Amino acid sequence: MSDNLQTLGDALPRLGDAVLVTLQLTLGGAALAFVLALLLGFGSRSHRGAVRVPSRVVVEFFRGTSLIVQMFWLFYVLPVFGFRLESLACGVLALGLNYGAYGAEVVRGSINSVPAGQWEASTALNLGHVHRLRRVIFPQAWALMIPMFTNLLIQLLKGSALATYILLHDLNYFTEQLRRSTQDTFFSFTFGLLVYFAIAYLLTLVMNALEVRAKNRLGAGPTLREVLRIAPVPATAKAGAA
Amino acid sequence: MTDRDTTPAIEFRGVVKRFGDNTVLDGLDFTVAKGDRVTLIGPSGSGKTTILRLLMTLEESNGGLILIDGEPYTHEMRGGKRVAVPEKRRRQVRRRVGMVFQQFNLFPNMSVLENIIEAPVHVLGLSTAQAVVRAEELLEQVGLADKRDARCTQLSGGQQQRVAIARALAMDPEILLLDEVTSALDPEIVADVLGVLREVAETTDITMLIVTHEMQFARDVSNRVLMFDHGRIIEEAEPEVIFTAPREERTQQFLSAVLGEDTADRS
Ligand SMILES: Nc1ncnc2c1ncn2[C@@H]1O[C@H](COP(=O)(O)OP(=O)(O)OP(=O)(O)O)[C@@H](O)[C@H]1O
Ligand SMILES: [Mg+2]
Repeated sequence: MSDNLQTLGDALPRLGDAVLVTLQLTLGGAALAFVLALLLGFGSRSHRGAVRVPSRVVVEFFRGTSLIVQMFWLFYVLPVFGFRLESLACGVLALGLNYGAYGAEVVRGSINSVPAGQWEASTALNLGHVHRLRRVIFPQAWALMIPMFTNLLIQLLKGSALATYILLHDLNYFTEQLRRSTQDTFFSFTFGLLVYFAIAYLLTLVMNALEVRAKNRLGAGPTLREVLRIAPVPATAKAGAA
Repeated sequence: MTDRDTTPAIEFRGVVKRFGDNTVLDGLDFTVAKGDRVTLIGPSGSGKTTILRLLMTLEESNGGLILIDGEPYTHEMRGGKRVAVPEKRRRQVRRRVGMVFQQFNLFPNMSVLENIIEAPVHVLGLSTAQAVVRAEELLEQVGLADKRDARCTQLSGGQQQRVAIARALAMDPEILLLDEVTSALDPEIVADVLGVLREVAETTDITMLIVTHEMQFARDVSNRVLMFDHGRIIEEAEPEVIFTAPREERTQQFLSAVLGEDTADRS
């Protein structure tokens, strides 16, 4: 065991690099996925066929194909057409497209879940189409989206491990290297699990904070400050939240 | 009287509305004069809500024309054909129409004040300061001046509905549509909301189209009552007449069911 720890200690700088690669893949992929989810999600609801149909096709295609095959395709096939992307770019792109397609369904579903009365009241107040979405519908849909986005983000983190196979030295790769140098399968893979779990847990905490804030803005639940107990909760707020 | 005064605020001309095979309105004609307070009564499913929703463009009609101040609203005749009016022009006409809903439909992501000033600022183009002044007046009028910065979710149903009324009035509508605005409220707070609406009726000349089961309110506020059955107006009279001496048997049945046999009106 002490040998294992010694080996791990020597590898620590590389662990830092590996975690950084995994975080780049995860956060880069999530950022791209988020933008695509909004574009494709709203596109899927459009009344114009020229917008809706392509959105649906893209969503169905990227949901319906395997992430690893998408990564391989970007990494090995795209260069055949003369576009060579770096490994990291391929990873981020594949993760973004794949999870963006899932996210688009989350966006579409959440927008549709905002009660009809909210749309109708906006019409009665003569709010324009874009204004209504931006100021009334989206803030309410956003609170519904976040828990589902949290799930997708964690899945995206785990999916990022596939980037090892397009030659990225991410956390998965590090774990494999650790196994080779320690010859201890249990130790190295358990260590890998724990580090992935720690990252996932941190991401979940951040997303939960976003969720608390979004719900509070809709007048439901406590403020983030109350949840975090950063400031002592005033007695009135406590009574209100109870 | 000038021409403008005699142009009806609302005119339905042969309006047809179907939901699938169910024809709810089959060539409905009626007019509402400017400043009229018209109550629609009739059994469940007779099409009262549908009429208000058509006027708010929440439903699309399948035939006929709806005119506001004599202007085509949702459809118009062009070259002998009935064509939809583009959204841009509908919006101009819709500006004159406001609606209060049974379920209030306040925006939960905004405070009371924000709910009221949102449309005046972004649709009418008032400055925020102007809109706030007007909103505060209206909150005063509905008795909720102290709730200005409250979240809508913290208000009771009756308070929410009063905010919704203030929100509709903030748009300075010429026509106000009220669809069973007290039906979702506890009996003891119905009076508050009706009181606010009575005051609106007394102090403004807004044309009102009211669907309600509160017959005393209908009697106090409206100058005309339309009795609907199966999407048709089967009787039309002043409230005094229709509530005391309805002509049609169907109206008598309906009113005795709603008012109960022991009501003074019926004895
Ligand atoms: N969205 C809809 N889809 C299908 N049918 C509908 C829809 N809205 C209304 N209807 C039908 O249209 C008819 C008239 O409904 P409407 O809501 O206008 O009645 P109402 O007079 O307001 O009744 P109530 O007193 O119960 O509110 C009913 O038969 C109803 O089932
Ligand atoms: Mg109704």
